[in-house]
Amino acid sequence: MTTLTQPLLSARGVTKVFGFGRQKNTAVDNVDLDLYEGEVISIVGESGSGKTTISKILLGLLTETSGEIYFQGAKRDIRSHAKKQEYWKNIQAIFQDPFSSYNIFNKIDSVLLDCINMRGGRSLPREKKVEMMSEACSFVNLKFEELTNKYPFELSGGQMQRLMIARIFLLKPKILLADEPTSMIDACSRATILDELMHLRREIGMTIIFITHDIGLAYYVSDKVYIMEKGKFVESGSADSVILHPKEPYTRRLLNDVPKIYEEWDLTTV
Amino acid sequence: MANTMLEVKELSTKYITRFREDVYAVDRVSLAVKEGRSLGIAGESGCGKSTLALSLMGYYFPPLHYTSGEIIINGKNISGMKPDDVRKSILGREIAYIPQAAMNALNPTRKIIHFIEDVIMEHEVYATKKDIYERAKKLFETLGLPAEVLQKYPVELSGGMKQRTVIAISVLLLPKVLIADEPSSALDVTSQKMVIKMLRHLMEAGMISSMIFITHELPLLYNVVDDIMVMYAGQIVETGASREMVFDPIHPYSKGLMGSIIVPEQGLRDVKLTAIPGVPPNLKKPPAGCRFAERCRFVRPECLVTNVSLRQAGDGRAYRCILPEAELREAYAREEHKK
Ligand SMILES: Nc1ncnc2c1ncn2[C@@H]1O[C@H](COP(=O)(O)OP(=O)(O)OP(=O)(O)O)[C@@H](O)[C@H]1O
Ligand SMILES: Nc1ncnc2c1ncn2[C@@H]1O[C@H](COP(=O)(O)OP(=O)(O)OP(=O)(O)O)[C@@H](O)[C@H]1O
Ligand SMILES: [Mg+2]
Ligand SMILES: [Mg+2]
Repeated sequence: MTTLTQPLLSARGVTKVFGFGRQKNTAVDNVDLDLYEGEVISIVGESGSGKTTISKILLGLLTETSGEIYFQGAKRDIRSHAKKQEYWKNIQAIFQDPFSSYNIFNKIDSVLLDCINMRGGRSLPREKKVEMMSEACSFVNLKFEELTNKYPFELSGGQMQRLMIARIFLLKPKILLADEPTSMIDACSRATILDELMHLRREIGMTIIFITHDIGLAYYVSDKVYIMEKGKFVESGSADSVILHPKEPYTRRLLNDVPKIYEEWDLTTV
Repeated sequence: MANTMLEVKELSTKYITRFREDVYAVDRVSLAVKEGRSLGIAGESGCGKSTLALSLMGYYFPPLHYTSGEIIINGKNISGMKPDDVRKSILGREIAYIPQAAMNALNPTRKIIHFIEDVIMEHEVYATKKDIYERAKKLFETLGLPAEVLQKYPVELSGGMKQRTVIAISVLLLPKVLIADEPSSALDVTSQKMVIKMLRHLMEAGMISSMIFITHELPLLYNVVDDIMVMYAGQIVETGASREMVFDPIHPYSKGLMGSIIVPEQGLRDVKLTAIPGVPPNLKKPPAGCRFAERCRFVRPECLVTNVSLRQAGDGRAYRCILPEAELREAYAREEHKK
């Protein structure tokens, strides 16, 4: 699906340093990335490699220490509150820790209602809104009736993640950034959810960045894979080339560490 | 014949909620784990895996309540035993449990060695700190963990290291049976592998006799356990040897579960996974007939009313469906053909 026009979102030499002096930690180190419209990419790496940090920078939640972000061909400017709001109309996220992403004083219905309102559906009749919310929930194997009047903390981790994903079906953003979106969801529901998400992607031409340490998932969903080690992209390319013919030892190790079914899983390497 | 380390017969348990509602979380579950064997429990979120683990240890603290059935651990029948007595004489020694998310439950203000002192002193009042330290150091070294970990606070350890520490602590009192509840689901692939390696080592070195491993990650189960039991809505729907369960499932639910595995292997992209639409039933009012009927693509009118029991299919294999094995297999073959 890659178009050879200009990228939708790019990073050039992006670096993020936390702390200073002896505590200095370069979480993202001189990273380049091009994301084209309609493309699905994955950023894969072990814990602490900087995946969440780069995704927060792309979202505009963290400021890069150096480097530039380009959005639709121009240098991204989100210094004012209004410009940030404008930017977030295009890019939406599912966060790694679902518990941190909700206002605990808001009931679940209002989490979903907000999404409809954000997309200009404020004046729709109540029944229509309920229908839209029920549909969004059904895509992620949740029953809307069972959620109404509940608070987010009354849900299990897996249910929270599903709710985050249900929001995406209402928001239909241009770019979706999903940080470990299914880590707490069992394999069976995960399959349903990923298929629905891919369906939505084809329907509205959504561009997706998946952040994950699940290489199987990355291979299943993405066109292109970026492998991240200690803040750097050490290998990138089409999913087939990176996953089936990895060049870097780090990529090979990650692949080797995934539990296998069709071949022997070598436990001697850790 | 190897000894049976753990035997559970027709065990049913329930939660009684704040609103006095009954949640039938474990329904007539029977299982047996022999010495030297490991059993995996799989099934989607909320199907009762963790509840079963607590129930088969006799850990009945409210809101969890025992309803009926028998539990025999290493020859001792503990059915009806007071939970406080279970805690004193069974837990830790006969059977040890590593709860889901245990690694995040460690008190952040105490060093690892202090947890270990607590665990040992609860059972051995006269143990000295020096003895305990020596024992812990030896155990950690056997398990490939640096002894320095003992002097650290939980926050100073990475997720993978914390989880392996928790496992080491759980086998301090040399339990016969170890139950690990999702021990590696929150870890990256490399840390996960180290945890698995450690658990396998415990089995192979005979440090524990039997293991129950709970997870919804099937590829993981396949690489760790001898037998797999699939649960759905509080019941066993299928059980058998790992290999057959993964490559040759009989029950439509296990079939769906196995079909949803994602592994980074050629040919997987562009394949539609066999997702199972719908959600499991409400355990406050479980359906009268087959609990999976509502989501089953082979459902028949009688499924909704007939209480289906487990059918034996030879070699310790059993499944819960009114359709005979041959008929289900034919249906799968037809589906395969259509693809
Ligand atoms: N707010 C922060 N302040 C200081 N250091 C941070 C902060 N956020 C992240 N780091 C550090 O930056 C590095 C990268 O962290 P990051 O969360 O991006 O990793 P990750 O790849 O998302 O890992 P995981 O798979 O565990 O989510 C780590 O060393 C982390 O400790
Ligand atoms: N304290 C409780 N009070 C009432 N119901 C409960 C309680 N704890 C669990 N349940 C219910 O019992 C059922 C089984 O829960 P359990 O935690 O055993 O599932 P699980 O298979 O371990 O799920 P997961 O994979 O998410 O850990 C669920 O329907 C759950 O909602
Ligand atoms: Mg992260
Ligand atoms: Mg559980």
